[in-house]
Amino acid sequence: MSWMQSWTDQKMEDIIGNLLRAGVILSALVVVTGAIIYLVHHGFEPADYRVFHGEPSELRSIGGIVREAFTGQGRPVIQLGLLLLIATPVVRVAFSVFGFAEEHDRMYVGFTLVVLAVLLYSVIGSGLMF
Amino acid sequence: MRTDPQTYAARFFRLWHTIASHRMNILEFTGLVWVGSFVAGLLGALTGLGGGVVLVPLLTLFFHVDIRYAIGASLVSVIATSSGAAAAYVKEGFSNIRIGMFLEIATTLGALLGAFLATIVPTSALAIIFGVVLIYSGFISRRPRLPHERNQPPDRIATFLRMNGSLPEGDGMRHYNPQRVPTGFSLMFGAGTLSGLLGMGGGSMKVLAMDHAMKLPFKVSTTTSNFMIGVTAAASAGVYLNRGYVDPGLAMPVMLGVLAGSLLGTRVLVRMETKWLRLVFSLVIALLGIEMLYKGIRGGF
Repeated sequence: MSWMQSWTDQKMEDIIGNLLRAGVILSALVVVTGAIIYLVHHGFEPADYRVFHGEPSELRSIGGIVREAFTGQGRPVIQLGLLLLIATPVVRVAFSVFGFAEEHDRMYVGFTLVVLAVLLYSVIGSGLMF
Repeated sequence: MRTDPQTYAARFFRLWHTIASHRMNILEFTGLVWVGSFVAGLLGALTGLGGGVVLVPLLTLFFHVDIRYAIGASLVSVIATSSGAAAAYVKEGFSNIRIGMFLEIATTLGALLGAFLATIVPTSALAIIFGVVLIYSGFISRRPRLPHERNQPPDRIATFLRMNGSLPEGDGMRHYNPQRVPTGFSLMFGAGTLSGLLGMGGGSMKVLAMDHAMKLPFKVSTTTSNFMIGVTAAASAGVYLNRGYVDPGLAMPVMLGVLAGSLLGTRVLVRMETKWLRLVFSLVIALLGIEMLYKGIRGGF
């Protein structure tokens, strides 16, 4: 029984490992694509990060980033890549809910749902959705 | 002779100041930030201290980036390195996903609190807190690791939470029984808060919680902690992105640089003798901490 459990744990960890790698690779590819566009268009403008302005509102929300990214500009495409990166651990946690359910471990399904709720709150509760 | 490193550091700072005060264009800035982040990621992975801890001082002290942009960029890169390395670690089978998931309740709640605090704490106070944490990290990484206390009796709470596990050792499997779960949980809440407030992985706090309080074997605690860092950082990164602290032009070279450096560090140089490297890097961390503390108090932020 405990051997079976550790086997499914191992299988779950394998899937999680691949999931994380895929997320990082995908987001890095999107960021590189955006970087090329951004540097080609703005590479010779002065860089200044001394003073904090905050990002424009269209680069602060999921909807805004996706909309802007489809216009093909560099900065929104980079931001889309960063958004995919932030989403990677969230997807990992969401997957773990199913993993623990598969193992009939109700207690850990509960714990994982709590973590997922906190993560979703940080995305939706902070207004990132719109 | 004692003043020697000091003068070298002062000379280096002056030289750097002349480079940085010439107004860089975006191409130069991106390239230099990429190189700096690459080195940070490489050293962080080689020494096991994590690159995230030096990113914010690197960006604020050397590139004169506002600390809020620096924290946003650092946080995003922490997710990248943690997830990238976790993919490799997870296959080794040392991480304990139950311990990780349970403690993530504490770290994500802490991270939310930290991200909220970051918006109301003045930047000079942020720099001071950062300085103290850096000095502490540099110090704790120099402490010799206590030999792991084996054969702990099963703990009631840990057993109830099904945290007892085993890891391959030699020919067989070795069992371990985590201890003092509530203490570990509270320390993890603190680690999450610091991570959300300062934009770093918070590895040194996690070591305190998992090695010292919960008495986990070394391999289990490092791999499990790395596993948790990405989720913790994601909890505050959402808040940061929404507040406009994540600038694509800055986060791009930081994330790509740290990711490349840490992947190289974990993959290529696994068997390298890192004792002296750890010493140098922990000294660098402590020095950056002193500099942050000094600037924070003097009001340079």
